[in-house]
Amino acid sequence: MTLGRFDRPAGGIGAALARPNARRLLVGRGRFVDDRTLPRMVHAAFLRSPYAHARIRGIDLAAARAAAGVVAVWDGVEIAAEVAPFVGVLTHLAGMRSAPQPALAHGTTHWQGEPLAIVLARSRAEAEDAVALIEADLDPLDPVTDPEAALAPGAAAIHPALGSNLCLERRIEVGDVDGAFATAAAVAERHFDFARHTGVTLEPRSCLYDWDAGDGRLTLHYSGQVPHMMQAVLARHLGLNEEQVRVISEDVGGSFGIKIHTYGDEIACAVAARRLGRPVKFVADRFESFASDIHARDHTLRARAAVDADGRLTAVEIDDLTGIGPYSVYPRSSGIEGNQVVNLIGAPYDLPAYRARLRIAFLNKAPMCQYRAVGHPVAMAVMEALIDDLAARTGRDPAVLRALNIRRDDSYPATSLQGLRFADLSHERCLAELRRLMGYDRLRAEQAEARARGVLRGVGLAMMVEITNPSPMFYGVGGAPIAAQDGATVRLNPGGDIHLAASVTEQGQGTDTVLAQIAAEVLSVPAGRIAVSTGDTMTAPHGGGTWASRGAGIGGEAVLQAARALAGQILDVAGTILQTPPERLALRDGHVADATGAARLSLQDLARMVYYRGNELPPGLAPELVATRHYRVTDQPFVYSNGAMAAHVEVDAETGFIRLLDVWVVEDVGTILNPLLVDEQIRGGVVQGIGAALYEECLYDEAGQLLNASLADYLVPMAAEMPDIHIAHVVTPTRSSALGAKGAGEAGTAGAPAAVLNAVNDALRPLGAHLAQMPMTPARVLRAIAAARDGAGA
Amino acid sequence: MRVSLIVNGEAVTADVEPRQHLADFLRQTLGLTGTHVGCEHGVCGACTVRLNGVIVRACLTLAVQAEGARVETIEGVSATGEIAALQEAFHRRNALQCGFCTPGMLLTAAEWIALGGGPDRAAIRDWLSGNYCRCTGYQAIVDAVAEVAGTARGGAP
Repeated sequence: MTLGRFDRPAGGIGAALARPNARRLLVGRGRFVDDRTLPRMVHAAFLRSPYAHARIRGIDLAAARAAAGVVAVWDGVEIAAEVAPFVGVLTHLAGMRSAPQPALAHGTTHWQGEPLAIVLARSRAEAEDAVALIEADLDPLDPVTDPEAALAPGAAAIHPALGSNLCLERRIEVGDVDGAFATAAAVAERHFDFARHTGVTLEPRSCLYDWDAGDGRLTLHYSGQVPHMMQAVLARHLGLNEEQVRVISEDVGGSFGIKIHTYGDEIACAVAARRLGRPVKFVADRFESFASDIHARDHTLRARAAVDADGRLTAVEIDDLTGIGPYSVYPRSSGIEGNQVVNLIGAPYDLPAYRARLRIAFLNKAPMCQYRAVGHPVAMAVMEALIDDLAARTGRDPAVLRALNIRRDDSYPATSLQGLRFADLSHERCLAELRRLMGYDRLRAEQAEARARGVLRGVGLAMMVEITNPSPMFYGVGGAPIAAQDGATVRLNPGGDIHLAASVTEQGQGTDTVLAQIAAEVLSVPAGRIAVSTGDTMTAPHGGGTWASRGAGIGGEAVLQAARALAGQILDVAGTILQTPPERLALRDGHVADATGAARLSLQDLARMVYYRGNELPPGLAPELVATRHYRVTDQPFVYSNGAMAAHVEVDAETGFIRLLDVWVVEDVGTILNPLLVDEQIRGGVVQGIGAALYEECLYDEAGQLLNASLADYLVPMAAEMPDIHIAHVVTPTRSSALGAKGAGEAGTAGAPAAVLNAVNDALRPLGAHLAQMPMTPARVLRAIAAARDGAGA
Repeated sequence: MRVSLIVNGEAVTADVEPRQHLADFLRQTLGLTGTHVGCEHGVCGACTVRLNGVIVRACLTLAVQAEGARVETIEGVSATGEIAALQEAFHRRNALQCGFCTPGMLLTAAEWIALGGGPDRAAIRDWLSGNYCRCTGYQAIVDAVAEVAGTARGGAP
């Protein structure tokens, strides 16, 4: 990109600038929702269903209402009187169905952990005391907990009105799949199993609703990514105008897609705040987080792939069955993850034929919806595992087989068989850079030497494509109140500082910082002179917020265009003041400079003249020193990022333990706005992907009871097990925007499970053992080894 | 019950419920919201504070157990400048994203350095394993602690 600049400001685009807004977090001055206390505030606690599926015969609230400190207690019927139920379907996902979901269950409860009644009390402790006094008369029903059984002929429907438990079915068939398999030189086929897991944000879901009866306005202090979406949802379902709802998101203690959905317990708090005329705070405890935050993944797939005698991929076929909760989650729906699995399978490769079936089944388990790298880890792991199988079957090196089949860097624009339109990708360069970075040939030699000593080491590769910078074709087209465009307002203040308000949001990834860097670059002021405001629907332009890796690419482009417009305004004013044509002026180091680069007028002097001493300006001049621009992706549904990843592991065949030795990532996120931030975001994503690969699983029994709803029982990656993660970049800016930034947030989580899975199977290859199930727990590793041993002995 | 203790160098007396844990006492009674509550069963480490000079889980410590004790929170050790080098290294290396785990992580890291722990990365990873971070991938945290630990020992960072 060319910005036409003389020199670089401190902290412009590409600078490894530390985040200014991180300082207060380091001294304990964060502003998380639970840190805020309002006058007359009450605390909410919920009675939650102990059963996965039950008829609610009655709920006796009398004892709870009489308990100390209790202000109010309501059940689902009483809350439903003031809030419209929500239906989580998107109209562009043809045939998708779901049932109306109430804020609190009434009539029937559909998952263990579903809220049944809300208690409002002076303290959370008193609210919990009162919850224990509620008598719920529940008649257990048979739960539907297995996706296959859910869709079997004659299976009882969780929602009888829907007639079956099928939420969505989609089929894709392109090319001669049967012919390709019939004539294949080699075929790999596996049955994959991906467990349910969840986001485990360290700050649990939190909300604080404040209804001001005086001006009829509801304020939500919100821990989440999408203030404007929540504004629309609350207005729509509480019968308010959008302008009556203000959503303020300050510090958010992790989100990863968890805090981007509509949760009935939070909506019930809004109803309670309006009914009581008092602020209502709800902060989920860790047990209710596990039972009521959205879960993700939960896929079983049969998959096969074929190559010809030259090693070229000729066809891929998959059958994906995924179990969601009893409702498709509102308003994003629970259809996107499965849809992205079937869309992304094989994306890095040039495939001639593809067949897929996706079925999404309702279950009596916690709702399932979009969590970081939606669908990507499943799609990448399946395809990359099949590639490794094919390499083994045809006696080819896995890196060589990939190099043979990936899309060429000079082949764009290109459209996949699923209809994804790729541009500006760099698989060839990423794979070559990965081999260099990891020392691939040396590692293979060391692996052979280790095997000779009886040490099981493995190297796993993964090629990635990531869906980022979504256009309106993602949600808006399907009827969801979710903006695909984002806005930025950039203003020159009298002190010479810049104020920047943007509709994308910050959850610690550094959104505010990179937006400031973009404005700093264009306006030639230090990033430290730019104050950034995000997260408040009252002050930000309207926009979609931060998800699907859109903050930098979409929000950043809006800032770039707004800053350019402000620069034009400044130069126009300066031209009049300096009696010089604006095109012969430029911004430099906080000044307006002439063609020689000499400073002629400081931004501060210019702004003060405009704001304070307008009498010195010509009467006809009506200066504006504030510009707003919005940006949406228009020429394609998404902007894709790509990358390549590798893992190096050692497996202990006696204990089944997997030790991660190293991880390498080469990622192409287009223009790099801040290498310090992007690298650590990728590392964090890798670690979440490692969690899915090795540790994280929501364990349910057949009755639909969540067995490990505590942080002591649900394992997440800790510092000691994590390896150092080595990162390099290939830079191919997207030509869809002037900024050229693609999304970076999904990369690590998308690719790490595939790389680790392939590394483990590579390590186990001398034993003939193989895993196709995640997480790869020690018990599953030992079972795979035992199965191979038994199979060999039979 | 009435408790008297020293919090960040300041004498505090308050009436507390016997069941109130120290983290809620610090946050709700004293307004020291830098101590975070992540799991309330002693696993995640977000509520780590110092009690009589030793780090503890404030969610597993009752406020009444702090009777007569000295308690330091992130606000206190920030004000004294005691952990300024760690905070600076965390900032420069971007060893935090959302910042929710950060106060507990810093207090745990400060104890490693106070005990003379060195810059060995594997040992630091082991020491920090009681503090969960979901954002960073831990690497920058380990880098920051190793840098300060190496400097504290007089070696090259």
